[in-house]
Amino acid sequence: MVFQLLDENGMCQYYDLSDMPGVSAKGVFASDKYNYLDSVAIQDQLIQFKLADQAHVTFYLPQIHCVSCVWLLENLHKINAGIIHSQTHFEKKEIKIVYNPSKISLKELVQLLAFVGYEPMIHLGGNDWLKKKKVNKKQLFKIGVAGFCFSNIMMLSFPDYLSTSIGDLGSLRPFFVYLNLILSIPVLLYSASGFFVSAYTGLRQKWLNIDAPIALAIVVTFGRSVYEILTHTGGGYLDSMSGIVFFMLVGRWFQDKSYDSFSFDRDYTSFFPLGVTVLKEGKEINKPLSEIEKGEIVLVRTDEMVAADAQLLTEGALIDYSFVTGENAPIEVAKGATVFAGGIQKGRAIQVQVIKPVGQSYITELWNSPLLNNEKNIDKSFVHPWSQYFTYVLFGIAFCSGMYWWLVNPHNILPAITSVLIVACPCSLLLTVTFTYGNVLRHLGKFKMYCKNSSVLEAIEKIDTIVFDKTGTLTNHEDIHLEYEGTKLTNEQAIAIYSVTRESLHPLSQLITQYFSTQHLVVNKVDKIENHIGKGTHAICNGHSIWIGSAAFLNEHGILVENVTAGVYIGMDATFFGVFKINHVYRKGIHEMVTRLKSKGYQIHLLSGDHPTEKNNLAQLLGVEISMLFEQSPNDKLTYIQSLQNEGHRVMMVGDGLNDAGALKKCDVGIAVTDQTHLFTPASDAILEGGMIHKLDSFLEYAQKGKRIITIIFILSIVYNLVGMYFATRAQLSPMVAAILMPISSISIVALSALLSYSYSRTLRARN
Amino acid sequence: MSVLILLIIVSVLVAGGFLLAFLWSVKNGQMDDDYTPSVRMLFDDELKSTKKSN
Repeated sequence: MVFQLLDENGMCQYYDLSDMPGVSAKGVFASDKYNYLDSVAIQDQLIQFKLADQAHVTFYLPQIHCVSCVWLLENLHKINAGIIHSQTHFEKKEIKIVYNPSKISLKELVQLLAFVGYEPMIHLGGNDWLKKKKVNKKQLFKIGVAGFCFSNIMMLSFPDYLSTSIGDLGSLRPFFVYLNLILSIPVLLYSASGFFVSAYTGLRQKWLNIDAPIALAIVVTFGRSVYEILTHTGGGYLDSMSGIVFFMLVGRWFQDKSYDSFSFDRDYTSFFPLGVTVLKEGKEINKPLSEIEKGEIVLVRTDEMVAADAQLLTEGALIDYSFVTGENAPIEVAKGATVFAGGIQKGRAIQVQVIKPVGQSYITELWNSPLLNNEKNIDKSFVHPWSQYFTYVLFGIAFCSGMYWWLVNPHNILPAITSVLIVACPCSLLLTVTFTYGNVLRHLGKFKMYCKNSSVLEAIEKIDTIVFDKTGTLTNHEDIHLEYEGTKLTNEQAIAIYSVTRESLHPLSQLITQYFSTQHLVVNKVDKIENHIGKGTHAICNGHSIWIGSAAFLNEHGILVENVTAGVYIGMDATFFGVFKINHVYRKGIHEMVTRLKSKGYQIHLLSGDHPTEKNNLAQLLGVEISMLFEQSPNDKLTYIQSLQNEGHRVMMVGDGLNDAGALKKCDVGIAVTDQTHLFTPASDAILEGGMIHKLDSFLEYAQKGKRIITIIFILSIVYNLVGMYFATRAQLSPMVAAILMPISSISIVALSALLSYSYSRTLRARN
Repeated sequence: MSVLILLIIVSVLVAGGFLLAFLWSVKNGQMDDDYTPSVRMLFDDELKSTKKSN
């Protein structure tokens, strides 16, 4: 059965692994990459619990995606005897490993994981992401206690609902009501504590938030119930009170259910490696990144990240800054020049001397920008103004009914006022909001748009300007397409070029190699090859003198190049042959999506860190009238967003990468676009899968429908309130009426919210 | 009728037992992962038997 599972997923290789349990795979996957894990300081940061023969460690493995992954990862102990036990958490994409440090080191463990295809993400931020778990548990405790008390109070109150006169239970009655009182105390003091705290902090800031009337209703209900019980005038409304608390807690929990495997609050620490290799007196020492000082020499291997601004000491640097600046092609950096933190080395290992500590480098300074200090204003919730009206109207009604009874029958003043406060509890409003937003978030999640929380939905609704990044957002990062333009190559010429590019490790050469690889060419011997760093390559093959490189490089060597565009130029035997144009592959449906957005009145802007070579294509894709800015630094993007906001616009930024991080944080709604994994998403309000970007307009529309759903349901809850009010103002609110009204209104609200948000989400699907 | 007192105390205690069980399970981390156990259950017994329990 497992075989079938693995077979379907094309992962039969896993079988080869498990068929040889106990085989020591040492040395097979030895790599220098993880040497830093030998450092004790780094180990202490990662290992959660350690004894002489047992250590616990948790890794984030973004590659986990199917049942086979779980199977393989939970059978790691068969591959290496040093692993005692491993347990995965599918949704969080985590693995918890218990291992024996005397048999397998942390480094070997990570190498083993990388070997089987699950390279853990280990970053400077360390295991901070593990800490947030506990909050959720407390909420579950509160729900559990409230549920227990609510159901028992409900049961004990039952005789009251059915009896016509108070005397039915006779001598047993005090026992019932006092037990109710005892059971309601944990609800008041523990489960409902969140509402009191929130209401109190709101009031201290002179802000009447939605929790204030709720807290008031809870206190009044409890107070009146205690009074009735102690004076033996009635059974109180403790069932309603605990029920309200229970439902509202469930609603909040429903709304707060987050996407476990996503992290929305990443800063640069999540991108940078945990440790680096420092060269000191000819020896390699592994050091945690935070201890790196100015002047130290750091070794950066292939595919490793330059972790601090530094001066290049050796040749062969080929830095991919796509992540920092949004530029597509890697840049060759000459010896002695400065390399910036965040760049990834694509060539062979290089040595750099640190000139600025990690926290002060070009890219990390973005986080210290004063423009980012103001928090996004999430308090201006759509519900809050309503809750204020609600509270005023409520007090008005309470006051009027009080006045009325003062004139007619002063004996009824207090019962009438308290009844009004009990019945008109704004819990229906709160439930509507929490459940509707919870549902909308879930439906959006089904279409791979993952919002951080419900306040994002409220912010989306006010957006009038959308700013797009180009590289990685509108284009697909991994999809670069080459197109040849020029004199048609003969088979023999193609072979010559192919043979030369095969020799080079330059990513552009490799792209050309890939381009030819489909033609099944033979490879000829290259007689002579010279690499000019930052310019190109000259080689002799088959008797042809071949020049491959930039236009300037060819011109320099006497080959006249006309029509200068971005690309790799080919010259052969002193004549210009043609150019391999690097085409960005735009994601599908961008044009249609942008057209729809424009027709809905959104302003569209484009900010790119790349050169303006694509301007004409983009104008075709997005429309000529939109403002396009190129060669924007991360800081430029940030200030551009700021200036839009100063003009009074509500801005949504759609971007990826660290170069958008500042802008994503500054704007009103930041959407991070990502392909396949969740590796590199900067701090944002929502994460959108790249393939779904053509649906952005539908997502915005759907998020806005949330407000309509809330309005519809709110009208319904007003009807319930009016019915309750009818009884309350007449000072006739029996516990029976309260007990029936409360669950019916709650359940119908929850059901209606689910129904409406589902039916609206079908329009989301229809646009597919 | 006074037997009701006894019955109600017993019923509240039983319910309290379930509450404690729930609180314990939350604390113990059983509510942390609501997906993986359902997958793990489907693995063959043979494989399961070699796997150490928590």
